[in-house]
Amino acid sequence: MRAKRKQRLYLVILLVAGLSVAVGLTLMALQQNINLFFTPTQIVDGKAPQGVAFRIGGMVVDDSVKRSDQDLSVQFAITDTAKSVPVLYTGILPDLFREGQGVVALGRLDGKTFVASEVLAKHDENYMAPEAAEAIKQANAQMYKAQEESQ
Amino acid sequence: MSSSSTLSLTDRFWRWFHGFGSPARFDRFAQKALPWFSWGAGILLLAGLIGGLFYAPADYQQGESFRIIYVHVPAAWMSLFTYVVMAMAGAVTLIWRMKLADAVARASAPLGASFTALALITGSLWGKPMWGTYWVWDGRLTSYLILLFLYLGYIALVNAIADRRTGSRAGAVLALVGVVNLPIIHFSVEWWNTLHQGATVTKFDAPSIDTRMLIPLLIMFFGYQLYYFAVMLLRVRNELLDTERRTQWVANLIMDEPARDKS
Repeated sequence: MRAKRKQRLYLVILLVAGLSVAVGLTLMALQQNINLFFTPTQIVDGKAPQGVAFRIGGMVVDDSVKRSDQDLSVQFAITDTAKSVPVLYTGILPDLFREGQGVVALGRLDGKTFVASEVLAKHDENYMAPEAAEAIKQANAQMYKAQEESQ
Repeated sequence: MSSSSTLSLTDRFWRWFHGFGSPARFDRFAQKALPWFSWGAGILLLAGLIGGLFYAPADYQQGESFRIIYVHVPAAWMSLFTYVVMAMAGAVTLIWRMKLADAVARASAPLGASFTALALITGSLWGKPMWGTYWVWDGRLTSYLILLFLYLGYIALVNAIADRRTGSRAGAVLALVGVVNLPIIHFSVEWWNTLHQGATVTKFDAPSIDTRMLIPLLIMFFGYQLYYFAVMLLRVRNELLDTERRTQWVANLIMDEPARDKS
């Protein structure tokens, strides 16, 4: 490799490395702002903003979904397995919304309740055939039963 | 103990490297390789689509809608792959001033932009019924949109500068700057909480996807890959014939063409 080319190679490496460090530091500084949502623990701890709209993300608590008979309003709780926050929403829920499923809701805090204006379902990275999902469910149920019997 | 007559491995590499950069030699290679890539791409894409649409089982949660994965995910992977090729070609352009590398970068940009646009559009169409929205400004979607702008910016920049060599160098710098975005796109779903789900296949654990779903996905990916190489080679050939139109090898090629058709 000729000296001039070597010099240019070092320049290119320096450019990419320097830029990576700069962008890396910027992103670290912006950490909180890039997160799409607050977790229920953050909200319970009072780290979420008051009086402005923000997003909450977590799993829908099992058996917490209560639909109204009169209108489209629905009540449920979102948890990150440590803390949970009750959510109130009026509107149509996405296909993937169900208990135990991850959701992201946009809205405001009204006292302890989160009043959502939009609810989005979060999809997980698992792809399974329906039979496989059914088999796992049954296996889990059996394991749970066996655990209960042994106690 | 190597004798003085045989070349060392590094010398041989550099000889190959500089030889490969010769437009005339590349043109002969591209002519021979094109039918393999084109037919391979056609066959694999057809096989992948049939496998994905008819043989893979429906997803336990998304039902049939998950099948958009066979267009969306390979397009997203290829958009990153193409960018890596473009940036490496940019580095070679800057360091060795190789015409072939510049032609590869210029030929790859519109392909990469198309892959990115395809992934954005299919993802958005899937997002509406599944997530409940076409678009959300989370880390993954935003950094991926920047990738599209990088491609479009590259295309605009190299074409806006009248002097070809200056344009190529400016484009190469932009392509290298954009490399920073690639790890951000990939790790965005781990570093921040996003609406987009985490990696299914490209993670260190075993892929969390049914094998019957995974096989057509991989076939589609290789199909996309061959398609990229086929179109890229075609575009590079075109580009080189145009920029080298005053050279002897292009003249020879044109003279040879009718003679070969008759035989």
